[in-house]
Amino acid sequence: MSDDLAVMAPDAALPGDAVSDSRFGSSIAKRAELVAGGSLVLLAVLVAIILPLLNPGGATAVDASQSLASPSFTHILGADQLGRDLLTRVAVGYQISLTISVGAVLFAVIVGGLLGLLAATASSFFDGLVMRVLDVVMAFPALLLAIVVVALFGAETQVLLVAIGVVYIPIIARVTRAAALETSSQAYTEAALARGATRARIVFRHIAPNSLGPVIVQASILMAVSIMLEASLSFVGLGVQPPTPSLGLMLSQGRDFMSSDPWVIAAPALAILVIVLGFTLIGDGLQSWLDPKKRAIAR
Amino acid sequence: MILRRLLLTIPILIGTSIIVFAILRLIPGDPAAAILGSNATPDMIVQVRSQLGLDQPIYQQFVTWITGIVQGDFGHDYITNQSITEELAVRLPVTLELAAFAFILALLFAVPLGVISAVRQGGWLDRAVRAFAVFTIAIPDFVFGILGILVFALALSVVPSSGFVPISAGLGDNLRSLAVPAVALALGLGGVLIRVTRSAMLDVLNADYVRFAKASGFGAGTIVFRYALRNASVPIVTVIGLQLGYLLGGTVVVEQLFGLPGVGQLIVQAMLSRNYPVVQACILVFVVAFIVANLATDLLYAVLNPRLRKAGAA
Repeated sequence: MSDDLAVMAPDAALPGDAVSDSRFGSSIAKRAELVAGGSLVLLAVLVAIILPLLNPGGATAVDASQSLASPSFTHILGADQLGRDLLTRVAVGYQISLTISVGAVLFAVIVGGLLGLLAATASSFFDGLVMRVLDVVMAFPALLLAIVVVALFGAETQVLLVAIGVVYIPIIARVTRAAALETSSQAYTEAALARGATRARIVFRHIAPNSLGPVIVQASILMAVSIMLEASLSFVGLGVQPPTPSLGLMLSQGRDFMSSDPWVIAAPALAILVIVLGFTLIGDGLQSWLDPKKRAIAR
Repeated sequence: MILRRLLLTIPILIGTSIIVFAILRLIPGDPAAAILGSNATPDMIVQVRSQLGLDQPIYQQFVTWITGIVQGDFGHDYITNQSITEELAVRLPVTLELAAFAFILALLFAVPLGVISAVRQGGWLDRAVRAFAVFTIAIPDFVFGILGILVFALALSVVPSSGFVPISAGLGDNLRSLAVPAVALALGLGGVLIRVTRSAMLDVLNADYVRFAKASGFGAGTIVFRYALRNASVPIVTVIGLQLGYLLGGTVVVEQLFGLPGVGQLIVQAMLSRNYPVVQACILVFVVAFIVANLATDLLYAVLNPRLRKAGAA
């Protein structure tokens, strides 16, 4: 939790961090992870964009005659207890889940990234202050911190986005700070300093772009984690509110019918698996591709 | 280093307690009105305000609140009028048992699988274990829980589908009521642990001293368990500490799914009924548990790696 410990174990993963190992794997295997992960995410994104257009309003349209219809040509993944098409609901659930997760990760990358850059390059007093405050935020288990934010501001989509984003600010800030500290001791940064470049120019022109790699890896892992977090919040009723479809909410509502009509939970469960697996594989692939230390060993 | 680490915990405890305290005060509008909902009369609001101490200056509210908690008094649940401390005392053991059960299960399957995967690196067993780990990470604990209910409670009827049997009613029934929820929590945690164990073991297995041990003719078992696993334990323990936060968050979801009367279920119920004093108490309990767990892993760290005991002093 303290900084020293992070330094003591530089390889120690942050929460949710994927510790992948591919130093022995071929570059094809690395690319295979990226391609597989990318395809799964692309599939989810296409489903999220195209399907709701084909069946506008279908996610919430109740049709009693189709109640719990099994998977068929009209309802590819079946229908729920109110006769709503599960595939369309999954698609709209993806839209909401992706909006919240992309927003949360972007929020965390912007705020956490700036804090990490500032901590690494400003005075040691400021560094200490920022990192201690972030230690406090990190002392909250992720789901509990998100619950605190929802308790304060309600379960609106924008609030959920911020609630999940706040959880990841310290993680991104730490990763950025570590990367920026490494970059700022590089020869090109010192050369820029010697040339008389301004501080802001050095930070944003030299340090920030060169510290981006680890942040991107972390961001893709956090995408996977935040989709799970949103699903968990919605599952217990503290996230997306009905009738808006959300993958977690669909699982929660489908429980009553699952023994006779298992597709009501199979559809959202598969949907979560596809997208979380996709982002996890992308994170793994990027990590082995970008991690300079592991790359160095692979050579 | 140990003393320094202990001292560092103090500001974190103070900081987190301020945040938890602030929950009730930062709710937009009047917290008393928010708690009571739209049917509140002005009289009721005044009463709740004074019950919550909201009519006092803010620093005094904090002092009163924190002194109470240090003395083990979390205040009263204004809905049931019960002591929150008593409620927590009943529920905390359920959550702790669930978390410990899941944690032990995860260690039992993940560490051996991680070791096997590293030793058989590149082989089919390694590939199978890695695929298993990725899948357990990508599937949320509540999905495992639902599948567990479907298979073990509804189809096979070997466990109850929900509810909790206390230890006093028999250890067997108690463990049966927690088995599926604990496995559901353990799978995701285990997936992360497998990957860390494998990665740490691979680092160590390629170290010079392991090669030397091999060259000296030590048996594979001695090398793996006596030297490699011991040296790989530091990163494994670090990640375990960090994952405990996920385990605690997971209990919230899994208790809700299985109707287990723990702190996680209480916090969800309290959130849904805007019972903020109870929410505060539960969050504080979880946060302190997480801080203590992290402290314990950091201290364990120093035990496992004697070099770190002095490193902090420098």
